[in-house]
Amino acid sequence: MKKNLKSRIAIIIAVLLIFTYGIFGIPSGFSGNDLKAALTKRIHLGLDLQGGVHLILQVVVSEAVGDETDSTVARIQQDLKTANLSFSQVYKPDPTKPELVKVEGLTPANANAVRSLLDSKYANDYDLNSADNDTALTLAMKPTVEKALEEKTVQQAIETINDRVNSLGVSEPRVAPYSLGANQILVELPGISDLDQVKNAIQSTARLEIHPVVGGPYQDEQGALAANNGAIPPDEQLAHYAGMNGSQADSVYVLQRAPIVSGSDFRSAEPGTNQNTGQRIVQFTLTDEAGNRFYEYTSQNVGKYMAVVMGGRVREVASIKEPIHDTGEIEGAFSQDEVTMLSKLLRTGALPASLNFLEDRTVGASLGADSIREGVTAAIVGVLVVMAFMLVYYRGSGVNADLALFLNLVILLGFMGFSQATLTLPGIAGVILTIGMGVDSNVLIFERIREEIRAGKAASAAVDQGFAHAWVTIVDTHVTTIVSAAILFLFGSGPVKGFAVTLTFGLAANLFTAVYVSRVIFEAHLNKLKAGEMVSI
Amino acid sequence: MELFHGANVDWLGKKWYFLAFSMIFSVAGIISMAIHWSHTGSPVPLGIDFRGGTEVQVQFAQPPDIDAIRKAADAAGLNGASIVNYDVPANHEVLISLPEQTNESALDVGRQRIEDALHAHYNNPFNVRNVQVVGPTVGKQLERQAGLATLYSMIGMLIYLWFRFQLIYGVAAVVACFHDTLITVGAFALTGQEISLTVIAAILTLVGYSMNDTIVVFDRIRENLRISRREPLPVLVNRSINQTLSRTVLTSGLTFLTVLSLYIFGGEVLKGFSFALVVGILIGTYSSIAVAAPMLVAYQEWRAKKGSSTTLPAAKRSRV
Repeated sequence: MKKNLKSRIAIIIAVLLIFTYGIFGIPSGFSGNDLKAALTKRIHLGLDLQGGVHLILQVVVSEAVGDETDSTVARIQQDLKTANLSFSQVYKPDPTKPELVKVEGLTPANANAVRSLLDSKYANDYDLNSADNDTALTLAMKPTVEKALEEKTVQQAIETINDRVNSLGVSEPRVAPYSLGANQILVELPGISDLDQVKNAIQSTARLEIHPVVGGPYQDEQGALAANNGAIPPDEQLAHYAGMNGSQADSVYVLQRAPIVSGSDFRSAEPGTNQNTGQRIVQFTLTDEAGNRFYEYTSQNVGKYMAVVMGGRVREVASIKEPIHDTGEIEGAFSQDEVTMLSKLLRTGALPASLNFLEDRTVGASLGADSIREGVTAAIVGVLVVMAFMLVYYRGSGVNADLALFLNLVILLGFMGFSQATLTLPGIAGVILTIGMGVDSNVLIFERIREEIRAGKAASAAVDQGFAHAWVTIVDTHVTTIVSAAILFLFGSGPVKGFAVTLTFGLAANLFTAVYVSRVIFEAHLNKLKAGEMVSI
Repeated sequence: MELFHGANVDWLGKKWYFLAFSMIFSVAGIISMAIHWSHTGSPVPLGIDFRGGTEVQVQFAQPPDIDAIRKAADAAGLNGASIVNYDVPANHEVLISLPEQTNESALDVGRQRIEDALHAHYNNPFNVRNVQVVGPTVGKQLERQAGLATLYSMIGMLIYLWFRFQLIYGVAAVVACFHDTLITVGAFALTGQEISLTVIAAILTLVGYSMNDTIVVFDRIRENLRISRREPLPVLVNRSINQTLSRTVLTSGLTFLTVLSLYIFGGEVLKGFSFALVVGILIGTYSSIAVAAPMLVAYQEWRAKKGSSTTLPAAKRSRV
């Protein structure tokens, strides 16, 4: 019996040491500051305690779909021209449905030829249907293809935002898909308090493309329309230009809707200087595939103009002096900041689609620090009150309960340290709740022991009975609360998840301390009792 | 030290007092919620998680003047701004809220405009402690989540009750839980506190906790039923409650003390959460004794009058 007891005490001490390690790791020293530093390294604080920015962004995937169909429009036009099949226009008939493309103006003579040509090239991605009595053909992007494109867009957006966010120098940034909504991204940046800085970094990942210039510059939109017989063809668009950074008077260009190259086609970009003019330039390199396309376009269009468009506005208009393969320069009256920024934007690849901010929560660092302080104060007060009560109400056995409670907290915090779970403010509340609910188990057992003693049982028999009867109910009450916590974990927001985690860990730890540890302490105490002496309870 | 030793209170005899007490608080809660609904379209004040909009928590160097701040907001064209003091006056903190933006691409504009308005029109150095901007898309998602969490919690509870108890016990326990939730939510309406996601989490935790409490009493009733089948039910139930009184009051009391500590010391951010727990634990304990048990007896007596079997199902194995 005694040997058994010794080994059980050894187990408890081992557990204590293991979980203390979980909390502190191996601290560099034992002063208050050293321990605090070790603690903060192990226990991962949530945004509401650290301070930081939490954003939910929506990727406007319809733009990516629209881009893809814009390209398809351009390619169909090219294909039909090359095959000498006549048509009146290829365009997107419905602005609210970017996945639809329509080919109009087919004659009975060439309808079949057109159909079979487009079938052979596009049937993988589009569903083709005749329309308008066989004088037109509609192509609708297949839902599976559309979905795949949307997912790819979101993924690309995540990677781009990640790059941008990393350049802010945030420790442990988090950019991930947000499971609650379609095409949404979660961004969490601890320690940042300047929301504007973050917004600029993310939002300036505006879409960047190079479009062929069809006409312009015009004084304003009316002028542009007038020059085009009152309406812009559906495969073209208007864009404003006011100098690189809005310094010139506003003018309007008419651009081809489909870009020659866009954001993801840029492999690298560096600021540089033009050898001849000494002007600042951005030297860029395209990917191989994009380089081929660019070469094809520029060789056929020397002397024409192209516009660098960012976020829907023209940033620069350049003439095509010679065919460009995959390296080129963007020249303009740039300042040093502008070339650096433009290079960076090109380098990290522009976003494949626009972002809408759906939710933004910023906790200032001072509030975070206050929350930690208040939470910890409440926890300490709670622990002291409970411990005092147990001592007064259960006397000697109260010491037992208090030791178990202490070990419970050590195990709980150790769990948090080992699992790298995040501690949030509700999480601290969960710790406090664990204290209250945990000591309940002790009350259960002790009350039963008291009943048995009243009924006349001897000390060790009373203790045995107390534990035997209480076990099932303890498991009962813990399981129901843990199940509640599990549901909260699945459906709760970040801070609520933290609550569910500490509550679950705490109650699980309590199953060990309230039963096993308390029992061992009782046994150790019973061993020391003289014959006929009663436990202090 | 020992409280409640040899307690011998006639709980069921007092059931009309309990009913009156419960009715008063339930009705007060319901009336509060109805009034709130007619004013604002929702039964309880909703936190920003659910109502959407912009909420900025600002701390000033000097004690803030609400009127001056409102003038500053109006001067900047920010109509419909709600400005209230936040936390203790010594903190000089103010909560400025703007209603929901439907245009999500301009979501963050509100915060910027508030800061600009304060800089331009109100001469009192400040720093922004907390910002929450929730758009309608996310607001709906959060609502849905809260709804799902509540639904699954209830299903979980019902499944658990179905395994542990016969129907009548389950019904009584569920009625007690419903009573607890109603009074707790009513308390929020009465005191004008907001319901946020964390408050919902607290309420769901409560439901689990209150269920426990009720189960303890029911377990003892069933154990006693197994032992003595001849005793009139009210007497047996009274005895069961008295036997578990010590345990019930102590465990609830200790949990209550810790939660009270959280409410007093835990800071403003957790106020709603801890308030829900404080009220909920009190009411949850009360309801196990004053609602669930009498309901059990009342149902049994009703069945007896109708002539069907007069015995309650007993426990199969013993519990504490």
